[in-house]
Amino acid sequence: MRLEIKDLHVHYGKIEAIKGISVVVNEGEIVTLIGANGAGKTTTLKTISGLRKVSSGAIIFDGQDISNVAAHERVDLGISQAPEGRGIFPGMTVLENLEMGKFHRKNRKAEMDEDLDKVYTLFPRLKERVSQAGGTLSGGEQQMLAIGRALMSRPKVLLLDEPSMGLAPQMIANIFRIITEINKQGVTILLVEQNAQQALQRAHRAYILETGNVVKEAKASDLLNDPAVREAYLGTGAHS
Amino acid sequence: MKIRNYWNLRDWGAGVWERANRPQRVAIAITSIILVGLLPFAGASFLATPIASYDAVLVYPVGVFVLMALGLNIVVGKSGMLDLGYVAFFAIGAYTMALMGTHTGLNTWEIMPFGIGFAMLAGVLLGLPTLRLRGDYLAIVTLGFGEIVRLVVLNSTWSKGPNGIANIPMPPDIGPLKFKLDDQKVFFWVVVIMILLTIWMIRRLSVRRPGRAWEAIRQDEDAAELMGVPTLKYKIWSFTLGAAVGGAAGVLYGSKNLFIAPEMFTLNVSILILSCVVFGGIGNIWGVIVGATILGYLPDRIRFISDARLLVFGTVLVVVMNFRPDGLLPRKKREKAIVKKGVNA
Repeated sequence: MRLEIKDLHVHYGKIEAIKGISVVVNEGEIVTLIGANGAGKTTTLKTISGLRKVSSGAIIFDGQDISNVAAHERVDLGISQAPEGRGIFPGMTVLENLEMGKFHRKNRKAEMDEDLDKVYTLFPRLKERVSQAGGTLSGGEQQMLAIGRALMSRPKVLLLDEPSMGLAPQMIANIFRIITEINKQGVTILLVEQNAQQALQRAHRAYILETGNVVKEAKASDLLNDPAVREAYLGTGAHS
Repeated sequence: MKIRNYWNLRDWGAGVWERANRPQRVAIAITSIILVGLLPFAGASFLATPIASYDAVLVYPVGVFVLMALGLNIVVGKSGMLDLGYVAFFAIGAYTMALMGTHTGLNTWEIMPFGIGFAMLAGVLLGLPTLRLRGDYLAIVTLGFGEIVRLVVLNSTWSKGPNGIANIPMPPDIGPLKFKLDDQKVFFWVVVIMILLTIWMIRRLSVRRPGRAWEAIRQDEDAAELMGVPTLKYKIWSFTLGAAVGGAAGVLYGSKNLFIAPEMFTLNVSILILSCVVFGGIGNIWGVIVGATILGYLPDRIRFISDARLLVFGTVLVVVMNFRPDGLLPRKKREKAIVKKGVNA
């Protein structure tokens, strides 16, 4: 279940946000895209999930070019995204949010309990909050809900957009531990992060994005020890 | 934090309904329907409207406004799309009635499906290219559509231009019930039945897939798409159902008024119906019904103050919206509250 992006270009109006990037995510991997604000990380992810249109290039999933498949149909194929800024439904309860994650399956009832159990095992906190409105959860809980909801569709590839954004350090560590756990259960993960330290520790491979281009691709552990990368993305030590 | 517990009618009503068992609910529903059905007989009470005929006011504006507001609420309240051209569907229904009623031998009930059908068709045709737009952009396009429909009938020969179409036939009698101009009770009962059907349709859809899809689209359209909701399809559905209700209201209005002209289908109507929805409580069908009833009825009730009438009407709108910005009977604000019931609350 390989996901491959070939020479992808994406435009916002006349502005080219993604200038021909190529990324490969192999089955079972955690791959991370890191880079500064405006590098094109979120746009790349939105294009894979179908919220942005491809200008040119291809998105190949399971041997098939999906760049013209509608976003809601990509969920059926097994691509699921936890959107940036959490993107949960604030007026729905935790349970209703999770149920929405199964919307694309017509015979949801049969699998529902099983998948809810899985999500509650990963995020026991969500179980305590089942009947609470999504908008009243804390930031960390909302992030858990967004990831849990994305898992409800039984994805083959999970796209995570800045899961650490705006969270306390302890919660960040917690979320990343769970991401590794999800990966061990057989879900391939493409992770977009500004928190390069955490992302590189958890990922197998990484791509560094700068202004719409891939400037470096390597094993995550190598980047973690690369002086230039440490300088630019990890801070040279104490302050990160 | 503001205390919002003063005369919280919505929670009171929801509480009564929740505590009631099935027979009690049936009793409440039947009693309410009978009381509403008896409204035309209350013409001698304080409800009477000076100058305008009371039972006629109950049909139009009140009944037709309630019907249209319910239809518009599917679009604006349920799926969160701002439609400023809703009058177009009303006009399409009315003109279908006028043209088919004067040119074919079909009666009102036979024309009704055509009126609804043409309005729905217009909804799909307008929706397909424009529902990719969001928010303000959609509002402007729909506003334009409303004006286009009005200008087309104003400038076409088949619609008799500004002269309008006269001699539209009345509905045929239903058994002993006769449709009369000077006694519009039967018209009122027909509107009530149409309103009940609309409520039934909305309530059924709301608890099923379309309702959940609309709710998701309203709260976060991108997230809905990521959950596998075909957002464009459900938006068009919402738009088309709203159009159908507007078309049905138009057919009935044409057949009741016996005469229609383009000047009856201005932007003002769209705005007024939208006001009914917002005034009553956007997204809550009971609020919308209350809002449309008050805004339809009030101008005729205070007709005795003639010139100051619209001033008073406007003042009421401003004052009420100032004190109850979410409408008279707002929908549940779950973003801010802990929901106790959990499933299908």
